[in-house]
Amino acid sequence: MDDNSANLHPARPVLEAPDIKRVLTRIAHEIVERAKGADDVVLLGIPTRGVFLARRLAAKLEEITGSAIPVGSLDITMYRDDLRLGPARALAHTEIPADGVDGRLVVLVDDVLYSGRTIRAALDALGDIGRPRAVQLAVLVDRGHRELPIRADYVGKNLPTSQRETVKVQLTEEDGHDGVLLGVRSTESAAHTEGPEDTGDTEDTGDAAPSRHGTAPAG
Amino acid sequence: MKRHLISAADLTRDDAVLILDTAEEMARFADRPIKKLPTLRGRTIVNLFFEDSTRTRISFEAAAKRLSADVINFSAKGSSVSKGESLKDTALTLEAMGADGVVIRHGDSGAPHRLATSGWIGGSVINAGDGTHEHPTQALLDAFTMRRRLVGEEGAALDGKRITIVGDILHSRVARSNVHLLSTLGAHVTLVAPPTLLPIGVDSWPCEVSYDLDAVLTKSDAVMMLRVQRERMNAAFFPTEREYARRYGLDGERMARMPEDAIVMHPGPMNRGMEITAEVADSPRCTAVEQVANGVSIRMAVMYLLLGGSEPALSRDDTARTEENN
Repeated sequence: MDDNSANLHPARPVLEAPDIKRVLTRIAHEIVERAKGADDVVLLGIPTRGVFLARRLAAKLEEITGSAIPVGSLDITMYRDDLRLGPARALAHTEIPADGVDGRLVVLVDDVLYSGRTIRAALDALGDIGRPRAVQLAVLVDRGHRELPIRADYVGKNLPTSQRETVKVQLTEEDGHDGVLLGVRSTESAAHTEGPEDTGDTEDTGDAAPSRHGTAPAG
Repeated sequence: MKRHLISAADLTRDDAVLILDTAEEMARFADRPIKKLPTLRGRTIVNLFFEDSTRTRISFEAAAKRLSADVINFSAKGSSVSKGESLKDTALTLEAMGADGVVIRHGDSGAPHRLATSGWIGGSVINAGDGTHEHPTQALLDAFTMRRRLVGEEGAALDGKRITIVGDILHSRVARSNVHLLSTLGAHVTLVAPPTLLPIGVDSWPCEVSYDLDAVLTKSDAVMMLRVQRERMNAAFFPTEREYARRYGLDGERMARMPEDAIVMHPGPMNRGMEITAEVADSPRCTAVEQVANGVSIRMAVMYLLLGGSEPALSRDDTARTEENN
């Protein structure tokens, strides 16, 4: 649904399907290495595309370790700090694995890390669900321009961008094919193309400037 | 969605499905150790109850509190209303206190509409039952319960489901809201009542009417029994209570003739032995208790969709105040 902005302004692919596959394999190995076996790892994807990435990572982890990794989704809509800057958004699913998150190593998974506000909201949401042993963050693309003191533990690709650029992650499960596109936003109004399922970090480029004034940190 | 929820007839099919889907997510939060969400922090919701109600007021209050809103309960008894204050002056008082949302229950049909369209207040108005007019959140929670039991699929409506509403249609705001909402969602609604308890103009409603419960029962996916509203019965609408119970009450024998998966619904409070026997009320097919639990989820969804975003807040003059509350 956000694709039209990419079609109107020719976007350059920065990651192709094989790259994404390689990157996820590497991240899976890094998780196993850092968690010393991934025994207590729980993967929580942030809707929409973070959930698909989390499921793919879980499959890789299972390949590597031989045991099933609990995977779920964590919707952050109700915890956003910019809810009052637009109409109420439709909610996405939150599904926490049956054994919960208490005492476990939770790895949050998202497609694009940008302002960091989505992750701030995710940390708040997680705090209402349980008390993990530790929380880590895995993202496919880190495009910079952080507005909060948040960093990723596992990064697929560091992508230096300007705030006028857009980063669009496409995944087979949602968009029919895999790829990451870097485009240029033509006008300010293009900032409002986001659909209800938008996760925030992917498309909220143009919102960033006004939202800094209107939004006090909700956390 | 509109800024207010006054009538179930104002909801489009997409609106209604969005509310049901949102309520489904809200229901998931109810299973958590911490049932609170920060979404309406800093917003004030006033429960303005001019008529007695336990379950609806508690349900709205629980929903608002789970979304972290500040709740002010106002009941007409023991307030300035009993000293003769008008609806307008009460509304102006609430506006001065900065109410972002007003949940209103009133004995007179049209009071919520008056409140929403008069320009007295800037917040959203949610109708919690007005006279014999409408009770839209009750219809939504009924539809939610039906969708869970009969369809079991999110994003879906109630297409082709056969819903029978039995009893005092004349005085029932629940029936009126349900007829509008259920037909919007694609269900076939049949009303069953003695001719004296059907309102004038019922033939223009999007539903069928029958006087014979036994004929309709066997073709119903859900049967909703309405309370006989003794407090509104100042005329003789039927000869005796026993005759009413015999012709329009649901007992175990009648329930056994319903299709196997069909459910029995009741908006409460129940008159056991009148419109429903204890045997039916306590059977697993009766969803009355489930409806109460679903009511909180539905009211959370409605409040979130009306008050969670910018639209109602930004249409006010004093946006500075709400931003301050951020």
